[in-house]
Formats: sequence, structure tokens, C-alpha cells
Amino acid sequence: MSVAFTVNSKARTVEVDDATSLLEVLRNHLGLVGTRFGCGLEQCGSCMVLVDGEPMHACSRDVAAVSGRSVTTVEGLSTNGALHPLQQAFLDEQAGQCGYCLSGILISAKALLDRNPRPSRSEIAAALDRHLCRCGSQPRILKAVERAAAVMRGEW
Amino acid sequence: MVTAPLPSSLVDNPRLDRWIRFLPDRTVRIATGKVEIGQGIVTALGQIAADELDLTYGQVVVLSGDTDEGPDELYTSSSHSIEIGGRSIQLVCAEVRAKALERAALRLNCSPADLAVAEGRFLQNGAETGQDYWTVAGEIDLSQTVKGTTAPKATNAHTVIGKDMPRLDLPAKVNGAVAFLHDVLTPDTLHARVLRQPNRGAGLTSLDEAAIRRTAKGAFDILRDANFVAFVGREEGVVEAAAVAAKLHATWDKRRPLTQAMQEAAWLKDQPSEDRPYGAPVPSVPPQSLIQATYSRPYVAHASMGPSCALAEYRDGHLTVHSHGQGMHPLRRNLASALGLPIESITARHLHGPGCYGHNGADDAAMDAAVIALRMPGRRIRLRWRREEEFGFEPVGPAMLITLHVDLDDRGYPADWTTEIWSPTHVQRPGSGGTLLAREALADPPAPPKPSDPLPERGGGATRNAIPLYDVPVHRILHHLTQDPPVRTSALRGLGALPNVFAIESMIDDLAARVGQDPLDYRLAILSDLRGRRLLERLAERCGWAARGAAGTGKGLGLGFARYKNRSAYAAIAATVTVDEEVRIDRVWCVADTGTIVNPDGARNQLEGGIVQAISWTLKEQVRFDAHGISSLDWDTYPILRFSEVPEVEVELVDGKGNPPLGIGECTCGPTAAAIGNAVAHALGVRIHDMPFTRERVMKALL
Repeated sequence: MSVAFTVNSKARTVEVDDATSLLEVLRNHLGLVGTRFGCGLEQCGSCMVLVDGEPMHACSRDVAAVSGRSVTTVEGLSTNGALHPLQQAFLDEQAGQCGYCLSGILISAKALLDRNPRPSRSEIAAALDRHLCRCGSQPRILKAVERAAAVMRGEW
Repeated sequence: MVTAPLPSSLVDNPRLDRWIRFLPDRTVRIATGKVEIGQGIVTALGQIAADELDLTYGQVVVLSGDTDEGPDELYTSSSHSIEIGGRSIQLVCAEVRAKALERAALRLNCSPADLAVAEGRFLQNGAETGQDYWTVAGEIDLSQTVKGTTAPKATNAHTVIGKDMPRLDLPAKVNGAVAFLHDVLTPDTLHARVLRQPNRGAGLTSLDEAAIRRTAKGAFDILRDANFVAFVGREEGVVEAAAVAAKLHATWDKRRPLTQAMQEAAWLKDQPSEDRPYGAPVPSVPPQSLIQATYSRPYVAHASMGPSCALAEYRDGHLTVHSHGQGMHPLRRNLASALGLPIESITARHLHGPGCYGHNGADDAAMDAAVIALRMPGRRIRLRWRREEEFGFEPVGPAMLITLHVDLDDRGYPADWTTEIWSPTHVQRPGSGGTLLAREALADPPAPPKPSDPLPERGGGATRNAIPLYDVPVHRILHHLTQDPPVRTSALRGLGALPNVFAIESMIDDLAARVGQDPLDYRLAILSDLRGRRLLERLAERCGWAARGAAGTGKGLGLGFARYKNRSAYAAIAATVTVDEEVRIDRVWCVADTGTIVNPDGARNQLEGGIVQAISWTLKEQVRFDAHGISSLDWDTYPILRFSEVPEVEVELVDGKGNPPLGIGECTCGPTAAAIGNAVAHALGVRIHDMPFTRERVMKALL
């Protein structure tokens, strides 16, 4: 099966079996390893990507489902080598321990800030509630998203 | 001159060149056996080395977890990495710095005392000498044995230690780079999955390979050796599908059926046990005023965000394994023993994995990969566990049932204290009380190991923090070590400290209530330890303890306190909670004394993480069983704390300068559970003795 779609603004075509997941295509075929496998059940959020701007799990979605659509992964957040304000804020707040969950969280946070530039703490928590973090970095992650929002509004 | 005994890591690895090497690019490579497991240790060890050698932080490169070139420091565990690993690096660097200055002084015809070091360059009276570490490096014999007698810098001379240092590994973890072992996906990689033996001793009676191939649709090999089965192929999705199908097309004999009752700590009480008494003899006179209460914590999971993974390649008679386990040298020994290979023919290297909080599935995954690699020489094998395999087969944190028997004096303070514990072992690592799963599945499996548990003087397992730090004149422990627990148990963050501190601090609050004393005042009345008193007093200021209201309003404020292992870092925690039908943590304050702090922001990050994880254990978590084994195999059946449930967390580090640095990863867990327990008791007016504090338990307490 041949599937054509856009990944991080680049046109891609892959030849794979029908049931191949989007996550496997991204990681194993396109070398985009920033999107991570956590559970394969849409329960943890480690594999979150944007599909036409909406956060979606890549683990259990057949790649055919994104045919003709636009996928953004964590690798696509930076522009011309410059980190996205969210990525920079996560570093500034040292918001992470093992870091395994961060790619997916950054994706959902980007979707949130794209539609709501001034989210409250509880709106951020709600937007990230599909994501699990086992190391307990949530307090810093919440602060980092607030900080990035402020930076993007020019208020930091 | 240092006269204290050498840290164990230096005793085990005395040659200087196991620790330090001057590289031609004007950097210094420091090697450590401790590994990054999400705690920021590599960053902190680099700070220690930079400070001692008077280098910039950027001039230090840290090699971590490499059996070919680095020191054997056993496991990255027990909050020892700074206390022992950091101290070792400090002593090595002090000694090598002195040796370098001696050589430079000879060249410059001056005394070493005339020389200072700035960014690795040697200065005399503030002027450049043209000499530096790298000009004299060739004249320093690093094959020598460390003496450990050169005194490191005084604490007040530190310039890198004590500074907030951003984590070295974090940039790769936010920008999508190859950050984890799981991400190493070379084109020649063969993916592998395993069909797990459901329990020790179970025998594979049939495997319908044709049916598995019909389902998985794709090219792959099936390796079968006794009760070990693996699926290996180029497409990851195909071998995954094969492993999923295999479970449905395999039959086993000698299954050990579990029951739901076994998942509760209370089940342990009637099981065969080895009774291990410690401390004071049992009193010959009857107690005066005996108070007894029982507390429990069920089996809990590591529940790491990513399943275990390993890479292995067997080429030209040499096995190279990459693992995210806690100790590469122990892994190499365990693999050599389990595979029957000479130890020299194995290299084990660490790569980052998802958060590790103890003995999880990483070592077993490494063995799985190695077993496959030996049968497919020259091929690079990437073995990854499935999510349900991770939940179903990682060693779990043991359930604990604790009864406290406290005899009070005339004033209502503890006079005689017994902590009675029913618990399976907390340490069942391969090579020390445990075996690697794949070894059990291969032919001639080893006999089941006899259960053991670390002795209290070695920090304890089930007995960790079983004795209060308070002034209790007479105390003892009776540990009933369960002989045949239903599931494999092993080390999980803090071992017995969380349940024991929860029990002790719950009891202390109830004892205070008996005599009508405020819980804080009661603690201060029986705590001579000055560092502990200082923390409690500071915590009270931070959390507004003086304004604490009446009990039973649905809102509660509670505190918990402990010194980890009664000899490591101190943490005092307060929590406010709202209890409706469920418990919600509103806010947490932590004041900690961790001695000299290497990386304050890194320390706060660890303390915060320990708090959030302990909230999750206390409120939500329990490993569940059914007839087939562990039945909580996904995040719906094993829920953990979510973003919307995480409270505000405030952490304050008190100035611990002058005291040795203490490990910080585990010290908050017990006090957090205790603070929640006491806050919930304050909110409800009745105490919940059993974790987790589920809706059902809250409703039961309210009846």
C-alpha cells in the first residue's frame, strides 16, 4: 500500500502494509523518533502528533488514516533550527525528569496555545489530562506552558 | 589529609584511570558506574568533578555505565549516587589535581602551593605559566591506585557545586532527537518480541505457530528454546502482532493461579514466613498503656512511561548489550552467569530509558535480547516489551502490612515501640536473590532463590525507616518475611520507607490526639534531632500550621516527617486536602535538608517528583490479580495521578552546608504519604489506615 501525506511540511510517500500504524511509519520508516511508544492504547499520550492541527494518538492509527493530511511531530515544532517557545520554556523551567512523555505533551500544549494564547492553569491541566507523566514533572510542565504562552504573547 | 574510610566505589575500583582521563580536546572525561535514570545524576557528578579540578562545567565530559571503561559501582540505587559515587569522584579529582600540580611545580621550579588552577590552566601569582592539566597529563601515572588522602576543597570554596545547572540530557528530550535506547533504530536492526512464560516453572505444552503466522502476516522467525519463545523480524508491527497472537495460541501447564484476595496486603498475615526480629528484646513486664494499629500498602508498580527495551549483538564471539538498567557491571555479571559466557566476552553499556524508579524490567529485557542475539550471530537485535508485558512481568513493589504496638509512658509519649511487618522481599535483583526471567524459561532453570531482605543496618528493605527518628527509649522490629508471595517483588523507590513512615506518622498524630496535644507540638516534644526540629518548625511557618482549623470539616491539613533510612536526607511535608467522596490534594509544602546541595534546581526537581509520585501511590495505585496473574495491565486498570489532580507543590531546601551531600530521590515519598494520611484524617475526623485512599475507602470511613 502506498500512502502519501505531509510530515512537518514535507511531502512523504511510504510503501507499507495496510495495518502499519502511523507511529511505526514515523519512527521506523521516516526516522522521526521523537514521537514515542508508550502503551499502544491511546491511554498515555506519549505518541501524540498533530493531524491537521489537532492532537491525535499515532500509536493506534493506521497510517492510511492520514493519507493526504498534514502531520506535525515534535521534530516539526522548531523552525530553522530555533526551538519553539514551548521547547525553550521546558528547558528554562527544567520541566522534565526522564523526558519520555515530553514530546507528546509538547504537541498537545502547542495545540492548546494555537487556539488559546492565554490559558489558565486549569485549562492547561485539562488540555494535558490525556498525558501521563510518571516522574512527577507535572508542576514544572504546567509552569513551562504558562511561561511559553507569556513569551508568545510578548509578556515575558 | 582525609582519614575517613574510602567510599566503597573506590575500594572496588582503586585505579585512577577507571575514573578520570585527560582528553586531547582539553576536556576531562570522568567515568561513573552510576547512570541517568531521570534523576539528573550525570549533570550533578559533572559539577562535582568540575569544582574539584577547577574546570568550567563545559570542560567535563561524563561517561556513564560502561563496563569496558568505567568503574563498577553496582546499581544506581538507594540514593547512594551522590553519597558514594559523588564522594569517590571528588576524592579522585582532588588527588589527580594534586598530582598534576606536583608535576607542573617541578617544571616551573616552584612549590605546588604556589600554583592555582583556573579553567584547567595553572597560574603562579595570578600569572599564566603555560602549564595546564593537558601539558602534564602524560607525566601523571593514572594506573596508580587511589590513596584517597588528598582533602577535597572546603565546602565554602565551591563555585560549581551549589549552582543551578541545567540538565545535560534535557535538550535532546524536547527536540525529538535520539534520546532513548528505544530510539536507536538502525536499518539493519531486527525487531523482537517475547512470549512470556506466565510464571516460574510453567511449561509450554503447545504453540500453534501456523495460527500465529496467519494472524501476524509478514516475514519473521520464531525462536523456541524450552519455554522461551521469541519472534524476530524486520518489521516491528509484524513481530508485535505475532507476540499478541502467540498468547492466544499457546498452552501451558504448571500454571500458578492467583486470586483477588492475594492482591491485598492483609493476605500476607496468614502466609508462611521467616520471622526476623531486630532491636531490643521483647519486654518481660506487661505493657502499661499499649496502643496498637495496623496499616497497609498493596503491591504497586513502577509503571514507567515506556516499556523495557534492549539492544544486543553477538559478533565474533563478543556480546554487546545496550540497556537502560540501573547497573551495567552487575548486568554483565548476571548475563555471563545466565548465558554461560566468560565475563570478558560481554560489554554492557547504558543508554537512557523511560523513568526508572528501581528494579524494573530493564535487566530482563537485556537478557531476552541477549538470548536471541546468541542464536542469531551478527544480527543487531532490538527487543522491546509490550505494554501489558511491562505491567504483567516487571517486579512489583511489595505489599506491606504493618502493625505498630506502642506502649506509652505516663505523659502519653512512646516508651516502648514495636514495628511488626508482614512483607515479601524488597530486593530480588538477579544475582542477589533473583533470576532473569528468560533464564527461568530456558532449559535447566535455577532453583527458586530463598527469600532474603536487606538487614536494617544496611538500610533495610521492608524494615527501612521502621524505627521512628523520635526519642523512643526502647524499640524493636519484627519482620515476617513472606516465603512464597504470589508475584515477583523487588526494589521500588524507597523500599519499605513509604509504608513505614506512613504508619509511624499516622500513629504519632493519633497519639498526639490522645493527650490533646497539637501534632506538631507532640513531635517537637519527642524529637531531639536538631536538623529535624529545624525542618518541622520551618514547615509549620510555610504551611500556616498555627491557623490549622478543627477536624472533620472536609478540609484537612496534615504533616509527615522522616529522615530517609534514619541517616540520609530529611524531609518534612505538609499537605492540604479536600475530601468529598474522593481525596483531592490542594497544596503541598516540602522543607528538606539534604546536606550540601550539588545542583539546587536538580534537587528540587527530584523532591517534587518524589512528592507527586507518592501522591499517586497513596491515592490511586494497586496492582490487581486474577486467575491468570497480574490483571492491571494498562493505564485504565492501573491509573496514576493526572495533570488535573496534581497540586501546587512548594519545595524549600534549607542550607545544609557543612554537612555531607545526601541522596534526595527517595526522601520525600514516606513523608508525603504520611502528610496525606494525616490531612485526610484531619478532614474526615477518622483515619484511613490502608492505601490507596480510593473512593470506596473514603465512603467506608465515613459510614
